[in-house]
Amino acid sequence: MNTIIIAGVGGQGVLTASDLLSDVLLDAGYSVKKSEVHGMSQRGGDVIATIKYGDEVFSPLPAIKNTDYIIAFEKLEGLRNINFLKDGGAMIVNDFVWEPLPVASGAVEYPEDVEDNLRKYSSDLTLIPATDIATELGNIRTTNVLLVGVLASKMDIDKEIWINVIKRKVPPKSIDLNLTAFEKGYCFKT
Amino acid sequence: MKRELLSGNEAIARGAYEAGITFASAYPGTPSTEILENVVRYKEDIHCQWGSNEKTAFEEAMGATFTGARVLVAMKHVGLNVAADPLFSSSYLGAEGGFIIVSADDPGMHSSQNEQDNRNYAIAAKIPVLEPSDSQEAKDFVVEGIKISEKFNTPVMLRSSTRVSHSRSAVETGERETPPEIHYEKDFQKTMLLPVIARKKHIIVEERQKKIKEFSDTFKYNYIVEGKTRIGIIASGIAFQNGREVFKDDWFLKVAMPYPFPEELYKKFAEKVDKIYVLEENDPIMENFARLITPDKEIIGKDFFPLTGEMTEDVILETLGKKDLTPEFDINSIPKRPPSLCPGCPHTATFHNLNLQKVTVTGDIGCYTLGGLPPLNAMDTTIDMGASITAMLGMEKSMEKAGKKLKQAAVIGDSTFFHSGITGLLDLIYNGSKGTVIILDNSITAMTGHQDNPGTGKTLMGDDAPVVDILKLVKDGLGIEHSFEIDGYDVKGIRALLREELKREKLSVIVVKRVCALLFKKPNWSPTIVDPEKCIKCNLCLKLGCPAITSKDDKAFIVSSLCTGCSVCIQVCPHDAMHHSDEDGMHIKDTSLVDFFKGGK
Ligand code: SF4
Ligand code: SF4
Repeated sequence: MNTIIIAGVGGQGVLTASDLLSDVLLDAGYSVKKSEVHGMSQRGGDVIATIKYGDEVFSPLPAIKNTDYIIAFEKLEGLRNINFLKDGGAMIVNDFVWEPLPVASGAVEYPEDVEDNLRKYSSDLTLIPATDIATELGNIRTTNVLLVGVLASKMDIDKEIWINVIKRKVPPKSIDLNLTAFEKGYCFKT
Repeated sequence: MKRELLSGNEAIARGAYEAGITFASAYPGTPSTEILENVVRYKEDIHCQWGSNEKTAFEEAMGATFTGARVLVAMKHVGLNVAADPLFSSSYLGAEGGFIIVSADDPGMHSSQNEQDNRNYAIAAKIPVLEPSDSQEAKDFVVEGIKISEKFNTPVMLRSSTRVSHSRSAVETGERETPPEIHYEKDFQKTMLLPVIARKKHIIVEERQKKIKEFSDTFKYNYIVEGKTRIGIIASGIAFQNGREVFKDDWFLKVAMPYPFPEELYKKFAEKVDKIYVLEENDPIMENFARLITPDKEIIGKDFFPLTGEMTEDVILETLGKKDLTPEFDINSIPKRPPSLCPGCPHTATFHNLNLQKVTVTGDIGCYTLGGLPPLNAMDTTIDMGASITAMLGMEKSMEKAGKKLKQAAVIGDSTFFHSGITGLLDLIYNGSKGTVIILDNSITAMTGHQDNPGTGKTLMGDDAPVVDILKLVKDGLGIEHSFEIDGYDVKGIRALLREELKREKLSVIVVKRVCALLFKKPNWSPTIVDPEKCIKCNLCLKLGCPAITSKDDKAFIVSSLCTGCSVCIQVCPHDAMHHSDEDGMHIKDTSLVDFFKGGK
C-alpha cells in the first residue's frame, strides 16, 4: 500500500491534479482511496489531497513518515507536510512562493531556510520552477500537470496510461498544451 | 454493474436514487453540502430543494412522508440541533415510505464550532443509526436504511463524517428501485401528535426498538472478521478503516448499526477474545453498550483513546505506544496559511470600518466569520447560526440594567439571516433594542460553496424563484424605520452610516449589498496599482487583509493577478497612492447586481 500527498494553496488546482492521479492509478489496476480537505481551506488556506493505492486500501488518510511521494505546489506547503514523508520518499516541489496572509500583511516573515529544510528532511528532492515553465508554455494552469509529469517519471506506471488519462480529463482545446506540460515535467532534470 | 470512484456524499446521493427516493431536502453545511448538490443530478426522478434552515428542510421531508414518499434530509451535525424538534416528533410519527436523516458529523472540527456525536440523538430519539465506513457503504446504507425504515416504520439516521463524506473510494452502482405510489388519505391518528395519540405512539416506539435490536443481530452489515489472536476490535465508521491498518491479525466486530447495538453478535465475538479495543470517533457509545453486556471483560475505550479529534491510524498507534509522533520538523515554526476573505470580497469594507470604530460586534456563521481574524479583528462573538442578533440584544439589555452601554452591532449574512436571523430581529423590535444590525447581503450562501437561497432568485433544481428583498422585508414588512441599503464597496458611505446609526437611540438595520466576488465567471479585472512615489508605507491598506495586497521594497504592492479592482483600498489610502491601472478597464465595482454570472451548478 502506497501513499501520495498533493499539497498547495486553495485555487492552485490541487484537487484537479488528485483526480487525474487517481484515474491513472485505477487504470493501472490498483485499488484507490482518496481524501480531500474542504471548507475553510477554499478561502486561500492550505489544501491537501491524499491518495492511497495498492492491492487493498483501508484508511484514506495519510500517516506520519509513511508517505511515498509528496507533490507541493508551493514551497512552504511542501515543508508543512514534510513530516508525512517516508525515509527515502520522494519530494517534488514547485519552486514558487505564494506568501500567506500573515506574511503579506507584514506580521511575520516568509522563512529564508525553506529550501534548506526541504533538503535536510528529504533525501530525494526535486525542485522545479513549474509555474515559470507553465507560464512560458502559455498557460499557468498547466502547472499541476507539469508537476504530475515529474511524479510520473518516478513511478513505475506505463507512460501511455498517464497520457490517455490526461487526454480524457482535460478540455479538448488544451490537450496538446497539457501533454507538452506533462512531457516537460516527465523529462525534467535537476 | 458499474464501478466508480465516488465521494461519500456522491455515494449517498447515488443511494438516494437507487433506493427509489422521490423527495430530498437540506440546508447546506460542511461536510454535508454536496449530498443535495449531487441528488440534483437525478432531478427527473427526485424533487430536491434547499430549506431556509435544517428545521424547515426536515419538516418539508416529513410532509412528503405523509404522502407515502421515500425521503432523505441532509445536514451537518450542528444542523440537527436546529432540526431536533421535528426529529423527535418524526420518531413517533414513523415513516411509511422510508425516511433517511443524514447527519454529517465533523470529528476534528475541520469546519465547525463543536465536535458533537449525533449518534446520541439517535439514541435519544429512539431511532436506528447506520455508520458507513466508505463510499460503497454510504450508498448501500441509504438503500438498506430505506428498507429498515419501511420495515419498522421508523426514520433511520445515517451518520456520516467529514472523512467519509469527503473521501473517494470505489462504488458499485445499481439500478433504481421502483418508488412506492404517492397517495394521501386523511387519518389524523397517524399524523397528529396530540398527547392522547402520542401516548399510544410512545408504546409503539418502545416495542419497535426491541424489534430493531433483534434485527441488528442479523443485519448483514454488522459482522465479525476472524482473527488469529485473542484480541478483538469493535469499530464503526472511518475508525474501522483506520483500525484495519493497525490491527492486522486481530478479530474485528464491524458495526454498521451502533444503535440498537447487536447484542447477541457482540456476545459471540466477545467469547473469541480476551481483550477488546473499541474504535469509534467522539463518544463512547458502542463501548458503553459492550461494558453493560460483558461487565467483566477487559474493554479498552475512551479511558485510553482520546475523546477529542479523529481516530486516525497515527492516533491509534501513538495511543498504543507503538509510534512516536514527535515531528522531525517543527511545523509550528513556519507561518500558517489561514483562510481569508477573497480579493474584492464585499465584506471587507464593512469589517474595516467596524474595526476602526472599535465596535463590539456579535458575529455569525459564514465567510464573514473570517472578519474576526487578524488583521480585520472585527468580531467579538460567534455562537451558532443567527446568534449575532440575539446575543447583541442580551448584551444590550444586561448592560442597560447596570446603567452601562456598549457601542454594539450585530453582523449576519443573507443566508444566515434567512436561516434564523429573522426571528431574532423580531425579538429586537419587540423588546425595544437600540442596536444596529448589519446584514451582509452577497446574494448567495458563499461559505459552503455558493448555494442558492431565498434571496438569489434560483432554486436548487435551477428554476426561477422570487427574490426576497431584505430591505423591503425589514423596512416595509417589519416596520423598522431606520433601515438602509448601501453598496459594500462604498467605504466612506459605510463609515458615515455606521457612525450615524451607532449613535442613534433606536433600532436600525443596514443592508450592505454586493454580490460575492467569486460569482463572476473567469473575470479579467483590470487591477489597481500603487504609486510608489506617493506610498509612505503607512500600512493602512495592509490592514484590509486583502490577499492581493502585499509589500515590496518597503512600499505597498498589489499582486495584479489577484486584484479585482474593487477600489476598496483606493478609498482607504489616505495618501492617494492607489489608482486603477486602467480607468476604462473592467472593475468588479462597476458591475451591477444583475449582470453577474450566477451559480451555474
Ligand atoms: S466567497 Fe464571496 S463572500 Fe466569501 S470571502 Fe470570497 S468574496 Fe467574500
Ligand atoms: S482593489 Fe485593492 S482591495 Fe480591491 S482587490 Fe484590488 S488590491 Fe484588493
